[in-house]
Amino acid sequence: METLDLPVIWAVILALAVLMYVVLDGFDLGLGILFPLAPDDADRSRMMNSVAPVWDGNETWLVLGGGGLFAAFPTAYAAFFPAVYMPIGFMLTALIFRGVAFEFRFKAHSPAGRRLWDTAFFLGSLVAAIAQGLILGTFVEGVAVTGTAFSGGMFDWLTPFSVLTGLSVVAGYTLLGSTWLIVKTDKALQFQAQKWARRSLGVVIVAMVAVSAWTPFLQPRIAERWGLGWPSLDFSRLLPLAPVPVLAALAAYALHKALRNGNTHSPFILSVALFALGYLGLAISIFPYIVPYELTVWDAAAAPSSQAVLLIGVLVMLPLILTYTAYVYWIFRGKVGDGGYHE
Amino acid sequence: MDFDALLLSRLQFAFTIAFHIIFPSFTIGLASYLAVLEGLWLKTGDDAYYALYRFWLKIFAVSFGLGVVSGVVMSYQFGTNWSRFSELAGNIVGPLLGYEVLTAFFLEASFLGIMLFGLNRVGPGLHFLSTCIVAGGTLISAFWILAANSWMQAPAGYEIRDGIFYPTDWLAIVFSPTFPYRLVHMVLAAYITTAFAVVGVGAWQLLKGRRDRPVRLMAAMGLGLLAILTPLQLVAGHEHGVSVYREQPSKLAAIEGHWESYEGRAPLILFGWPSQTEERNLHEVAIPEIGSLVVTGSLDGAIRGLKSWPAEDRPPVAITFWAFRIMVGIGLVMIAVSLLGAWYAYSGRLEKQAWFQRILVLMLPSGFVAVLSGWVTAEVGRQPWTVFGQLRTADSVSPVPGASVAVSLLVFMIVYAIVFTAGVLFMGRLAAKGPETGAAPPKRPDREDVPAYLAPNSAATATGEGD
Repeated sequence: METLDLPVIWAVILALAVLMYVVLDGFDLGLGILFPLAPDDADRSRMMNSVAPVWDGNETWLVLGGGGLFAAFPTAYAAFFPAVYMPIGFMLTALIFRGVAFEFRFKAHSPAGRRLWDTAFFLGSLVAAIAQGLILGTFVEGVAVTGTAFSGGMFDWLTPFSVLTGLSVVAGYTLLGSTWLIVKTDKALQFQAQKWARRSLGVVIVAMVAVSAWTPFLQPRIAERWGLGWPSLDFSRLLPLAPVPVLAALAAYALHKALRNGNTHSPFILSVALFALGYLGLAISIFPYIVPYELTVWDAAAAPSSQAVLLIGVLVMLPLILTYTAYVYWIFRGKVGDGGYHE
Repeated sequence: MDFDALLLSRLQFAFTIAFHIIFPSFTIGLASYLAVLEGLWLKTGDDAYYALYRFWLKIFAVSFGLGVVSGVVMSYQFGTNWSRFSELAGNIVGPLLGYEVLTAFFLEASFLGIMLFGLNRVGPGLHFLSTCIVAGGTLISAFWILAANSWMQAPAGYEIRDGIFYPTDWLAIVFSPTFPYRLVHMVLAAYITTAFAVVGVGAWQLLKGRRDRPVRLMAAMGLGLLAILTPLQLVAGHEHGVSVYREQPSKLAAIEGHWESYEGRAPLILFGWPSQTEERNLHEVAIPEIGSLVVTGSLDGAIRGLKSWPAEDRPPVAITFWAFRIMVGIGLVMIAVSLLGAWYAYSGRLEKQAWFQRILVLMLPSGFVAVLSGWVTAEVGRQPWTVFGQLRTADSVSPVPGASVAVSLLVFMIVYAIVFTAGVLFMGRLAAKGPETGAAPPKRPDREDVPAYLAPNSAATATGEGD
C-alpha cells in the first residue's frame, strides 16, 4: 500500500463519479427544465419517456458521489456538507418531486392532476439544477473550516459567484437535455430541441467564460496554478494546461457547427465533451483540495484500510456497473415513440 | 426562539428514515414475489400468474420510486446533520454504505428499467433474469444497510484512536454480533409485510365479489407463505432478543421494563407505564418468576436493571417498552390470522368467510406498523448512543444552527406528506382495480408478434389499463 497514493486514487474515482452524475442526470434534469416549453402534452410524454428507463440509474451516481465521499473522505464529508446544508436540502426535496413525477404524471386521472405533476417535474428539475450549481460555487469558493469542522454561517453558500454557477449549471443541463432530445426524438419535437440547444449553447459559452474569468480572482493559488499573473504570464504552467480551454473552445465551435448542420448525434457527444472539459478545468484549479482551501485529499482521507477495502469493491464492481449500464442504454436505444417503449 | 439542533436532527432523522423504511420493507418482499410470479408464469404458462405479475408490477413501480427518492435523502443526511458521527465513524460505516451503492443500488436501478419498460424489448428469459436481479439487489441492499446498523448497535472489529474509529477486522465489522439475527428478522419482516399487503388486497377483491383465479391465487399464495413465515418470525425475533440481551443489556432492560436487577426469577412485565423520572413502572402488570426464562431460557438467568446504569446512559424507556409491545402484539395477531387464513384457503372456505376477509383487509397495513415499531424499539433502545457504548448521539450531531434544521425538518414533513399521500392514493387506486383478467398475455417464445400489451407511457400504466 505504501506505493499507492490511495487518497489521490479516491479523489479521481469520486471526480469521475460526480462527472458521470452531472452528465447523466444532467440531461434528465435538463429536459425537465425544458418541459414547460414542449409544444404539447404528447411531446412532454415523449420527453419524459426518453429517460424513464434510465433516470434511476443516472441518479444513483449522485448516491455514489455522496456515499463515496463519506467512505473515502469522511472528514471532508463532515466539513463540507454542513456548509451547504440548505442547498442540499433544496436539491433533495427537488429530486423527490422530480423522481415521483415519472410515475405520478401518468397516474393522475385528471388533466389538472397531470399538470400538477408536470409542474413538479419542471420545478424539481430546475431547483435541483440550481442547488447543484450553488453547491458547486460554494465548493469552488471555499468554505470556512476550523480544525476539521465547518465554522461558517448559515448562508455562506449564497454569493454572487455561487449564483453565477447556479445559473451556469442550469444552462449546461438544458444544453445536455436538448442535445439528448435531438438524439431521441424526431419531427417537430426534434426541431424544437435543436432550437433549444442553439440557445442553450450561447448561454453556456457566456457562463463558461464568466466562471473561468472569475475563478482565478477567487484564490491566488488558482491563478498561480494556471500561470496567470500580472503583468506577466508563467508559460511553464499555462502551456501544459492550455489544451483544456483550447479544446473546450474547439468543442463549443464544433457543437455550434453540428447544430447548424442539423446533425443528430454529434451535438450530444460534443455537449458531453464540453461539460467534461469545463469540469476538468475546475478540477485542475482545485486539486489537491477536497474542502477548498482548507483540507487536502490527504488531510481528509479515511483510514488506509477503509479506502483500500472499498477500492477493491470499486475495481470489481465499477466495470460491471458500466457494462450493464451501457447495456440498458443499448436496449432502449433509438427514437422514443409516441407510446412509450414500443415503436 | 432557540432551536435545539440535536433534538431537531434526531426528529428529522427519525422522520425521514421512518418514511423511507416503509418502502424498502414493501419492495424487498414485492420484488421477490414478482420474481416468483414471473418464474411460475414462464414455467407453467398459466395466465393467472401473468395477470398478477402485471398487477403488482404497477404498484411496485410506485413504491420503488418512493423508496429511491426518500433513500437519496438518507445518504446525504449523515453529512448534513450527523457530520461528527460521519467524521468519527466514517472509516467503518462509510465503506459499508459504499458497498451497498456499488453492489445493490446500481443493480436495482439499472435492471428496474428493463423490468418496467423492457417487456417487449428483451426476451422472456432476460426479462425474468432482470426481475430476479432486482429482487436480489433489494436483498443485497438489506445486507449492507443492516451490517452498518448492526455494527452501530454492537460494534466489533475496531479500535479507537483520538476518538476516531479505525477498522481492525473487516469480517468482524460486517458480521458483527447482532447482524445475523437482525438480517433474518428484517428480511422476514419485509416478506411478511408484503404478504399481508398482497393478502389484504386479495381479500378486498374477494369482498368486492371477485372470484376469478388471479384473486383467489393471490390470497391463497400469501396466506400459505404467512402460515410458514409468521411462526418463524416469532422464533427469529426471540433469537434476536437474546442477542440484544447479550450485546445491549440496557436496551433489553428498557424493552422488558426492568428497573431493578435480578440474579434470576425476574418477573415478566406485561404492561405498565415506565417513568424515567420515578425509575419505576406505573400501573405495572407482571407475571412473577418467568421473566428470566423468557429472556434467557433459564429460570435462573440474571437480568440487569436500568438503575444499574447512570441516568444519562439509559434509553427513553417508555418508548422502547411500548414500541416493542406493539410489534409483538401485532406479531401474535399475525400468527393467529395467518394460521386460520391458511386453513380457510386450504379447505376452500376463504371465499365464503366475509368476516374473515374483512379482518384480512384490516391487517393489510399491519406489517408496516410492526416494522416501524420494531425500528423504534431498535433505534430508541440504542440511545443515548449512535455507536452503542462508544459514541454518544449528542456528540454525533453537526455544527449546524438549529434554525436550519427546524426549516429543513418542516420542509421535509410537508414534502413527504404531499408525496406520501399521492403515492398511497395512486397505489390504492391501482389496488382497487384488482388484477385484470382476460388481458392477452404475450406469446412467450416468439416476441416478434407480441401484441402491444404495454400501455403507453409509464410502467405503472404499463400493463394494459391504457390500451
